[in-house]
Amino acid sequence: MSAVPETASLVTAGRVPASSRPLVRLNGVSKTFSNGTIALKDMTLDVGQGEFISLLGPSGCGKSTALRIVAGLGEPSSGSLDWPTSEHNAAGQPEPEISFVFQEPTLMPWATAFENVWLPLRLKGLPRKAAEEPVMEALSMVGLDQFRDAYPRELSGGMKMRVSIARALVTRPKLLLMDEPFAALDEITRFKLNNDLLRLWQRFGWTVIFVTHSVYESVYLSSRIVVMASRPGRVVSDLAIDAPYPRDEAFRTSPVYNEHCRHTSAALHAAMDGGEHL
Amino acid sequence: MTALDPANGAAKEASPASVQHNDTPQPVPRAEEASDRLMRLIIPAVMLGLLVLLWAWYVSAYDVPHYILPSPWRVAQSLVNDWPTLSSALLVTLKITFMALGLALAGGVGLAIIMTQSRWVELAIYPYAVILQVTPIVAIAPLIVIYAPTTQVAVLICAFIVAFFPVLSNTTQGLKSTDHNLLNLFEMYGASRWQTLRYLKLPAALPYFLAGLKIAGGLALIAAVVAEFAAGSAGANSGLAYRLLESQFRLNIPRLFAALLLLSLTGVLIFALTSAVSHLLLRRWHESAIRREN
Repeated sequence: MSAVPETASLVTAGRVPASSRPLVRLNGVSKTFSNGTIALKDMTLDVGQGEFISLLGPSGCGKSTALRIVAGLGEPSSGSLDWPTSEHNAAGQPEPEISFVFQEPTLMPWATAFENVWLPLRLKGLPRKAAEEPVMEALSMVGLDQFRDAYPRELSGGMKMRVSIARALVTRPKLLLMDEPFAALDEITRFKLNNDLLRLWQRFGWTVIFVTHSVYESVYLSSRIVVMASRPGRVVSDLAIDAPYPRDEAFRTSPVYNEHCRHTSAALHAAMDGGEHL
Repeated sequence: MTALDPANGAAKEASPASVQHNDTPQPVPRAEEASDRLMRLIIPAVMLGLLVLLWAWYVSAYDVPHYILPSPWRVAQSLVNDWPTLSSALLVTLKITFMALGLALAGGVGLAIIMTQSRWVELAIYPYAVILQVTPIVAIAPLIVIYAPTTQVAVLICAFIVAFFPVLSNTTQGLKSTDHNLLNLFEMYGASRWQTLRYLKLPAALPYFLAGLKIAGGLALIAAVVAEFAAGSAGANSGLAYRLLESQFRLNIPRLFAALLLLSLTGVLIFALTSAVSHLLLRRWHESAIRREN
C-alpha cells in the first residue's frame, strides 16, 4: 500500500469517520443450503454509512448469498444481522430502505419503462398520478425520461439496466444492493454505467454493496473491497481503496488505479490458492 | 472527461433503439408490406375459386347424382332456401359454443388461480381435472344426458368439459412460470399475495392463457357438435349437428353440405377472433406477436 499516495483531503462523498455506527453489521453470518453446501461461513462485516463496498471473489464464494441475506431474501442459518442506526429494528426485521439491483434487468416485459419504475411505489399503494413526479425524477436520473413509454424489448441492454437502476432509486433507498449488475453488458456500456453510478452515489450519499467478480470494476468503483474465497464461502481480506472521488476515465489509466488493481488481484489470488483446488 | 452527462450518454447508447421506437416498429417498407398483405388475401381466394371450379366440373362431367355429391350451385341454393332452419340451428350451436367457452374461461382461470395459491388444493383437484379430460366425452355424454335437466344443458356441459382443460392447464403453467427474479423483487418490496397475483403472475400468465384460449375456442365448437351427436338432440332447439344427421337420413346431401359449410365458417370465425384477441393483448411486448427484425 506504500505506493498509494495520500489523497485523503480530496475524498468527498462516501467517506465516513471510522467512529460512526455502521448501517448494517453481519455477526458471524453462515448459510448452509438444504443439500449441505456451506455457501457462507462465519461472515462478519461492518458496513459503514456512505461506503461503497464491493464483495469480490470467484463464483461460489457466497458473495451473492451474503447480499441476499442483507436484502432479507433468505435467513442466515446462523449468526445475525444488526441495523444499529435503523429506527424500527426493535422487531429485528424492518431495515432501512433497501433497494436491490439484480444481474439481469428483471423488468416486467408487459410494462413500459414508466410502469416498471412505478412498481415499488405502486406496491405501496401510490396511484399513477401521485407517482408521476418521483418516477420521472428517477428516470431522468438515469437519463431515460424520453423513454417513459418504451417497452423493455424496445430498449438496449444498457438502457434496460438503467430502468432497473431507476426502479431501485425511486424509493430513495439508504442502502443499494447490486448483484453483478453490469456483468452482462459490453465494456463500453459498463464503463458508462460505472460513471453514472458513481456520480449518483456521490450526489445522494447512499451506502452501496456491490457484488462483482471483476477486480478492475471493483477498484474503479469502491471505497472498500471485501475479498472472498470459496468452499466454504468466507471473507479473506478487506482492502481500503483510498483514491479520491470523483473518479473518471483518467483514473482508469492512472498509476494509483493500477497499483490498487495489482494489490487487489494479489489478494484475490491468495484467496483462491488458499482454498481447495478442483 | 468527468462524470458523464446522463441524458447525453443515454441518447448515444439509445440511438439504434430510438429510431425503431419513434418510427413504430415497421422495418419493412410500406409498399412491400401492403403487397404482402394483399397476396395473403389473393392467393387463398384464388385457390378456393379453383377448387370450387374443379368440384363443379367434376360433378357435371361425370354426371354425379346430387344425393352423392351435389354441385356447388345446389349447395348454395340449399343454403339460401333452408336458411330459416339452418340459421336457427346455427344460432343454437353458436350459443352453446360461446357459453361453454365463457364458462371454461371463468372456470379454468379461476381454478388455475386457486390451485397455484395452495399446493394442497392442487394435489386434491388436479388429478380429477386430468381424469375428466382423458375420459372420452362421447363416453360420458349418455350419463350427462340422464342427469341434466334438458338436452341443451347436457350438450353445454359436454362442451364445457372439453374446453375447460386447455384453459386450466395452460393458465396453471403460466402462473407457475413467473420469472423467479421478479418474484424475489416483489417479495423484497413487500408485495401482498394479491398484488403479486395481479401485477405479476396474471400478466406473466397471459400468453399461456391466450394459447389455451385458442385451443379451447376450437374445441368448444367441436365438442358442441360431438355432444349433440352423442346426446341425440332433436326438434326445434337443436343445433347444426342435428341438422347434419337429419339431412343424412333424408339424403338431403346439399343441405348437409350447407350445414357443414356453416360449421367450418364458424370454426374459422372463432379462430380469427381468438387470434385477434391474442394479437391485440400481446402486440406491444410478447415475442410471439412481434415481427422479427432481420
